[in-house]
Amino acid sequence: MQVTLTLANDISTDIIYPGRFMATVLPSETPQFAFADDLAFNGRLKAKEVPAGSVIVAGQNFGCGSSREQAVSCLKGHDLVIVAKSFARIFLQNAVNLGLRVVVCPGIEAVEGDKLEIGATLVRNLRSGKEFPVIALPPSRQSIIDAGGLIAFTRQRLMQLKKAV
Amino acid sequence: MTLAEKILARASGVPYVKPGDVVEPRVDLAMSHENAALVLHQFHEIFKGLAFEPQLWDPSKVAIIFDHRVPAESPKTASNQKRVREFASWQAISKFHDIRGDTGGICHQVLPENGYVRPGQVVVGTDSHTTSHGALGALAFGIGATEMASVWSLGRALNVEVPATIKVVVSGKFKPFVGPKDLILHLIGKITAQGANFKVLEFHGPTIRTMSTSGRLVLCNMSVEAGATAGIVPADAETARYLKEEAGVTEALDLVSPDADATYEAVIEIDASGLEPQIACPHTVDNVKPITAVAGKPIHQVVIGSCTNGRLDDLEVAAKIIRGKKVSSGTRMLVFPASGRIYRQALGKGYLGAFVQAGAVVMNPGCGPCLGVHEGALGDGEVALSTTNRNFKGRMGNPNSEVYLCSPAVAAASALKGVITDPREDH
Ligand code: SF4
Repeated sequence: MQVTLTLANDISTDIIYPGRFMATVLPSETPQFAFADDLAFNGRLKAKEVPAGSVIVAGQNFGCGSSREQAVSCLKGHDLVIVAKSFARIFLQNAVNLGLRVVVCPGIEAVEGDKLEIGATLVRNLRSGKEFPVIALPPSRQSIIDAGGLIAFTRQRLMQLKKAV
Repeated sequence: MTLAEKILARASGVPYVKPGDVVEPRVDLAMSHENAALVLHQFHEIFKGLAFEPQLWDPSKVAIIFDHRVPAESPKTASNQKRVREFASWQAISKFHDIRGDTGGICHQVLPENGYVRPGQVVVGTDSHTTSHGALGALAFGIGATEMASVWSLGRALNVEVPATIKVVVSGKFKPFVGPKDLILHLIGKITAQGANFKVLEFHGPTIRTMSTSGRLVLCNMSVEAGATAGIVPADAETARYLKEEAGVTEALDLVSPDADATYEAVIEIDASGLEPQIACPHTVDNVKPITAVAGKPIHQVVIGSCTNGRLDDLEVAAKIIRGKKVSSGTRMLVFPASGRIYRQALGKGYLGAFVQAGAVVMNPGCGPCLGVHEGALGDGEVALSTTNRNFKGRMGNPNSEVYLCSPAVAAASALKGVITDPREDH
């Protein structure tokens, strides 16, 4: 999996999905505005130059700020994978709920163009040969991922409740 | 148990919880704003293919408040609002606040002033500043739209991990022109933008006990800027006074407080008497400096308002500084009261008149320029000084501009001079 973009600490949802596009809500329509103010990266995304499964490597507190789910659905729409040193709480929860692949990797070191091998417990940088431990998501979140996202998870609950009545 | 633990345990029907436990608390209040349009879409997704109709678990516990883009700035927003309005009417959502001068306003002001939030409740909202409502002793946190759709269906938040709590103890009396906004900016600067990520900030100490609910709302509102899941002030006599006198609540309240032997992850002590006015500099909220470090910086736009500092006491402080004077000719000043009720009160007390006569533009209640959507955008290279809560790159609509954050007193004093100004200078 190739690193397509590297980012600093504290990347806010205003950078990932600027507020002025918040009237656009549908997951099918948000991907066009991913990183809209980063004209170069947004241009590459729109020109389909970033293949599915490409990786964004970020620092700490990725996705801080607003709870806007567009910041997750716009990345999910391009099938990106986010490897960050840490994530802000609401962003991480939204990512789990919508099935955006997020990897918590506190020591990650990579530059654009690197190829990463992402496993359950380690991320390996194939260029440098270095390996970086992954912090597993808590089981509470993993169970939502395993169900196929929060919509499916909630639907299962609803059906159980109806059966119980 | 800490206050957050106690509230989560009760709401989940268990005697005891500790940090890391996974619970499914029942929700007492579920708030959305314009993004109810996305919640609605996801809500229908959940029910797709099921043999029963989409139905809110309890319409009386759902609140929808239009505030982010009011009046609508585009056909898209207007159509989304229309869809939500129709849904609110169909489901008979009584806590629906449309675009109106009497009952409208910013969600984080409309909820408290109508008495929708009570001590000990679990409140969720599709807005990160839902943390505000911890000011009334509730556990209030932000969630995404899909999670809200799940809450609408089940009335519970699923798979909530009990957060650890940091105790913040504040003592000492504020100096003149220093207040809650300076305190919370100082705290965020100290612990950083991720210092409380996945944790709760629980506020204690004599300074908090004597602080008005309005001030407590400022602290809890901005707790999320340190990454906190929630900020919370244990309910007390002031909470009861606010709910009774200002929100018209007549029922008995349950002023739940943390246990004396609660376990905190850390304790932070702050002496408020030593604080200067604080400024958060671009482009992160934790880039906080005392005003003396940035005084003299030219500013093109001053914004007073938002869910952080758009309440009556904020407008009062600013109006007293502005009255009879003129906004500097190189600076635009925008004032947007947090709710219709506050707008009318400020009108009655002459604050709005003072602003307009000084050359400020008074806008309708709502989020206004805070999130850079449809009013008060900045030009390339321009600098704003604002009483709002975020200064991220692009926050006010233009990534090539800068936003500094401050208290209403600093904003008003600075508007007169056209540069960042210490309000203590001339007063
Ligand atoms: S005023 Fe600003 S921070 Fe507050 S709810 Fe509105 S957009 Fe969000």
